[in-house]
Amino acid sequence: MLFQGSTMEPLTLFDKIWDAHVVKSVEDGPDVLYIDRHYIHEVTSPQAFESLRQRGTDVFRPERTTAVADHNIPTTDQHLPIRDSVSRAQVETLEENCRTYGIEHFGIGHSGNGIVHVTGPELGYTLPGMTIVCGDSHTSTHGAFGAIAFGIGTSEVEMVLATQCLLQVKPARMRITVNGSLRKGVTSKDLILYIISNISTSGAAGYFVEFAGEAIKGLSMEARMTICNMSIEMGARGGLIEPDEITFDYLSRITSFNSNPEAAKLTEKRLSLRTDPGAVFDRELEFDASSVPPMITYGTNPGMGMPIDGIIPDHEQSGTDNAGSFNKALEYMGFSPGMKLLGLPVDYVFLGSCTNGRIEDLRAFTAMVKGKRKAENVTALIVPGSQQVAREAEKEGLTEVLREAGFAMRQPGCSSCLAMNDDKIPPGKYAVSTSNRNFEGRQGPGARTILAGPLAAAAAAVTGRITDPRDLTTVYDL
Amino acid sequence: MKREKFDLLESTCVPLPLADIDTDQIIPARFLSATSRDGFGKNLFRDWRYDKKGNEIKDFVLNRAEYGGAILVASSNFGCGSSREHAVWAIADYGFRVVISDSFADIFRNNALNNGLLPVQIPSEMLSELTAKIIANPDLIVKIDLERQLISADENGISVPFAINTFRKQCLLNGLDNIDYLINMRSRIIEYENSRGGPG
Repeated sequence: MLFQGSTMEPLTLFDKIWDAHVVKSVEDGPDVLYIDRHYIHEVTSPQAFESLRQRGTDVFRPERTTAVADHNIPTTDQHLPIRDSVSRAQVETLEENCRTYGIEHFGIGHSGNGIVHVTGPELGYTLPGMTIVCGDSHTSTHGAFGAIAFGIGTSEVEMVLATQCLLQVKPARMRITVNGSLRKGVTSKDLILYIISNISTSGAAGYFVEFAGEAIKGLSMEARMTICNMSIEMGARGGLIEPDEITFDYLSRITSFNSNPEAAKLTEKRLSLRTDPGAVFDRELEFDASSVPPMITYGTNPGMGMPIDGIIPDHEQSGTDNAGSFNKALEYMGFSPGMKLLGLPVDYVFLGSCTNGRIEDLRAFTAMVKGKRKAENVTALIVPGSQQVAREAEKEGLTEVLREAGFAMRQPGCSSCLAMNDDKIPPGKYAVSTSNRNFEGRQGPGARTILAGPLAAAAAAVTGRITDPRDLTTVYDL
Repeated sequence: MKREKFDLLESTCVPLPLADIDTDQIIPARFLSATSRDGFGKNLFRDWRYDKKGNEIKDFVLNRAEYGGAILVASSNFGCGSSREHAVWAIADYGFRVVISDSFADIFRNNALNNGLLPVQIPSEMLSELTAKIIANPDLIVKIDLERQLISADENGISVPFAINTFRKQCLLNGLDNIDYLINMRSRIIEYENSRGGPG
């Protein structure tokens, strides 16, 4: 496909990719947008296939869809049949649908299995310049490669299966520039929590966000995926980052990328995959990375975040209009304005999810807990994002270091991020979680989620309390 | 496939004036393990509606006898979070045909429109006024006129226009299915693929 070059009107990377994928523009309506890569999973796809059957329609381009089972699968004893019969039926339905329609499927226990937003990039299927969708809001993750990637509903999954296209109104453009560089002990998770706490959980609604600036350019692919992953948590349709040396270095380490005939072409046209100087955004925001502290959340949406050593605001200080919602959130969490969370005893620690379940997250966590012991009051769930992450952790000796510190590694899956399987946090218990949502009941009915990065999660896991990771003697050197 | 047409609706309303209601509240993840679209209404707002033992929580608006009807009046950023279309299926299955708010999450809005559930966005001040009127008078009838893109209540009270793009409006008014629309475009899609060097 052709991307317009910079000799014409300056364009944003988002516009270039979007416009190159428009099959047709509907007057005063949505665009018919062609989708290069479609990921599916067991929870949001069965009704789409069912409806396809009722229409008597086939899957238009089965080679452009890839399936994994991830949302409801257990993270222990994956070699055994799934005990929960309803979950088992969903996983089996996915497998059967893939067989029927000739769709590539990485089922439970397969060496390519894992969370859909972790495996897609690992497989070399997520590439710069693509349009990518999945029936999951965290599809925004793939934007880290310079792709337009966003979550869709089940009716839209059916649209893509039936036509490889979607009807979408083009979002507005926003650029978030992050200057400077992150301080030691601060991760990209802290940065994105910081941004969301500033602009709120709806601050980017209606926009597609490009993340730019020195601090973003300095991040690894894993860290960039964490940023784009949570762009949905500020209401954005998605987030993307211009592909650069770091992107192509990452891709060049993937076997399937190097054998892909598209790879050479992509590498050639990489310079067109950028936002032209002078391109206009509908909204621009700037942040300074050096002022970002380790962050945690105190409420029940990801915008309710504060510095780990901060004091919980009241609703006016927090800048929210709806006092009822704000107070309901604090009541649910068992907190009140003016409270400090530093030192609060925690019951659970969850390391994992499509936000922080990658190898770099395991490395950060492991470096913090090395030579220490898991606190007795803490139940830890360490869940690799994929089979590949699990193998890599084993190879690098992380699994062994974790074991010595009293942590057991589970098998890959979405796990406690949305607690569709048995990995639930009990009612009233506090969990420091590296996942993406602290909604009421998200990790189980009554569960109280405190979102944080992998370093703060590790600090809580070994001290049994909310602890500033910078206060531990062996601060992990990023 | 044919869908139910939407033109005019007159109904009482259910007020739920909380901001940032996420799809995990609308339908918790533990109820997503079905492979059909039916029956999600019984678990709509499950953890706000029932206690741990499954007893109704009396204060919650869906359990209050004075409120009912096919219009849910929510608050800002309604439907944020997960892309689960189950949230829309649950709202529709329960019997709502319209959700009114001053803002909706993008994915939720698309999902709603794809299922004939009409998201009506009105300015914040009007939403506050409408909510107050409903709370003061739960029998208040609100009229949603999609053809004229107008929401009204009280003979001399509220009358507010709302926006919707023409394509979506025509789909709803005529009960058209936009997946059929796309399937009928397959030859055009193949042309597009060929223009970029084939479907591969």
